Amino acid sequence: MNSEFAIRARGLTKIFGELRAVDHLDLDVPRAAIYGFLGPNGSGKSTTIRMLCGLLTPTEGSADVLGTKIPGKATLLKPKIGYMTQKFSLFGDMTVLENLQFIAEIYSYPQRERAVRIDELLEKYDLVQQRKQFAGTMSGGQKQRLALACAVLHKPELLLLDEPTSAVDPQSRRDFWANLFRLAEAGTTILVSTHYMDEAERCHRLAILDRGVKVADGSPLELQASTGMHVVEVLADDPYHAQTALIDVPMVASVTQLGIRLRVLIPELVDDPLHLVKQNLGKHNISAETRIVGPSLEDVFVAVTMKPEQRAA
Amino acid sequence: MKSLSRLMAIMRKEVRQMRRDRLTFAMIFGIPLMQLLLFGYAINTDVRNLATAVADEANTHLSREFVARLNATQVTNIEYRVNTADELERLMQAGEISIGVAIPHDFDRRVTDAARAAVHLLVDGSDPTIAGIADKLRRMPIAFDTGAVAQGQGQIEVRPYYNPERRTPMNIIPGLIGVILMMTMMMFTAVAIVRERERGNLELLINTPVTSAELMVGKVMPYIVIGLVQLALILVAGRILFDVPVRGSVIDLYLASGVYIAANLALGLFFSTAVKTQFQAMQLTFFLMLPSILLSGFVFPFDGMPVVAQWLGEALPITHFIRLTRGIMLREANLGDMPGELIYLAVFAVIATTAAGLRFSKRLD
Repeated sequence: MNSEFAIRARGLTKIFGELRAVDHLDLDVPRAAIYGFLGPNGSGKSTTIRMLCGLLTPTEGSADVLGTKIPGKATLLKPKIGYMTQKFSLFGDMTVLENLQFIAEIYSYPQRERAVRIDELLEKYDLVQQRKQFAGTMSGGQKQRLALACAVLHKPELLLLDEPTSAVDPQSRRDFWANLFRLAEAGTTILVSTHYMDEAERCHRLAILDRGVKVADGSPLELQASTGMHVVEVLADDPYHAQTALIDVPMVASVTQLGIRLRVLIPELVDDPLHLVKQNLGKHNISAETRIVGPSLEDVFVAVTMKPEQRAA
Repeated sequence: MKSLSRLMAIMRKEVRQMRRDRLTFAMIFGIPLMQLLLFGYAINTDVRNLATAVADEANTHLSREFVARLNATQVTNIEYRVNTADELERLMQAGEISIGVAIPHDFDRRVTDAARAAVHLLVDGSDPTIAGIADKLRRMPIAFDTGAVAQGQGQIEVRPYYNPERRTPMNIIPGLIGVILMMTMMMFTAVAIVRERERGNLELLINTPVTSAELMVGKVMPYIVIGLVQLALILVAGRILFDVPVRGSVIDLYLASGVYIAANLALGLFFSTAVKTQFQAMQLTFFLMLPSILLSGFVFPFDGMPVVAQWLGEALPITHFIRLTRGIMLREANLGDMPGELIYLAVFAVIATTAAGLRFSKRLD
């Protein structure tokens, strides 16, 4: 029960017809940590989360979630987890207060403490003003705060958040993450899926998923240290031509444009990446500043999700 | 204990949402009243006051008396008096009249002659109901104070039981209960569940400790109550507006309705698992609604339908329910008099509930 991991999954697989949505996923999520799932749409993030909370039965493999075996008696798990869906799923035709009361009743939260708990949540998630407002008429940020308040109302040990910030503005996202850190400090384990790099960077640990397969996992720093790639930054007046000059070079794994800068990924087995870049730019008479930089999380993501033949370059 | 409080929470939420959805709320009580008024007043197979023209070529004391008697039946309403039978045809073609009465100039002589018709009735046969009425007119005895009696009048006396005044609402309203309960139970429940899925509420709910049984019962219960209230509404309004009695036992009526409600609810639940959008749920219920109205004996007499249509009709729960309501309300029958109908409804309910339950839990997985 008091294992150091909230979730341990081995060989978790889900097949929908022809599609391998999740393919032999191993997962170790430490307690009281924020664990991120980073991956593009369709990479199997939602499917994994749904298997972990017992919504979907795995085709193969198993998991131990808070001491409950999956597949198994998921009903025992429900009171211990909080789940926030990708789409706003509370009742738009009920007020903020009514939604919270309903959730409290559903989770059989002790009747005497109900009102106190709801007031506390309204305060904490800045919804006091909106308590009488219909949930459907609120802004994206407010809806999201309400959804989080409802997900944590019964004080779950594990919080599963499926792309929680896809419909809110940057400021709301910052506030949202501040709330997540507070919850983690108080001992809640949080599993959050995202396709934003900046959010992934905030996680204690993360797993990068690509077409149902876990292609990397570790802390953001560990991942950045182990890309197996040199990153050359190119500052050119004409980045478009610089990009076309570099993209077809056999040893270049990828070229990404960021404003007037290019980030060029070159496998570590190349001894002098700077020379390779300069040489190829010179061939096309393109003048540019070049320097070696440390990999960002986005570079990690590009490196681990590229096709194998690209990676070998 | 926890289970009960969760069930209550779901029901409270459902009622609260229903109250706020003004249109649905209005429809739940508006539809029965509207249909009651529409069907009660507009549908009338007991036809009166048909537009009629008379061409009295005889214009004798006898012929005038015949026309007066015809008018006294109230079936016809003499709007035109013309001179020749040709003019009757013209009026009928123009749609001005439904019945034309042509009285030949030798009417007085023909009345006593069994071999020849005394009067020609021109009837707009494009409407079978009107043609049927004209048939009744044909058998009208032409007996006059002169002592002359026309031949060939009907020898069979008809005694209409249960509805001596032949009022259509007597027949329509017991059937209407079936139609309205079907609509509420099937359409509103199917739509209510699909809406929850469409909005994503269901994904949230199934991640809480709520079980699928609590969820299903909690969502369906308020609609059962509404169905029973609708039943009371129709009975009371039918009594006040159309003087439709409940001659049998009200308890029997509610028992039959309970089984019928269960059958339709299960069907609604089953539909909700088969469709993805509210629109599809509506389409599916309308798909079943039309045959239910046409083939159940609600409007057209069951025995008059072709055999295949009768088979289809027998499969529909509403057919059996309408037989029960008509029996209980009009013929003072009790459930024991019609065990087959009730058994069919019960079997249907059990099968549909099983099917819906199996599919519902599957979808939640």
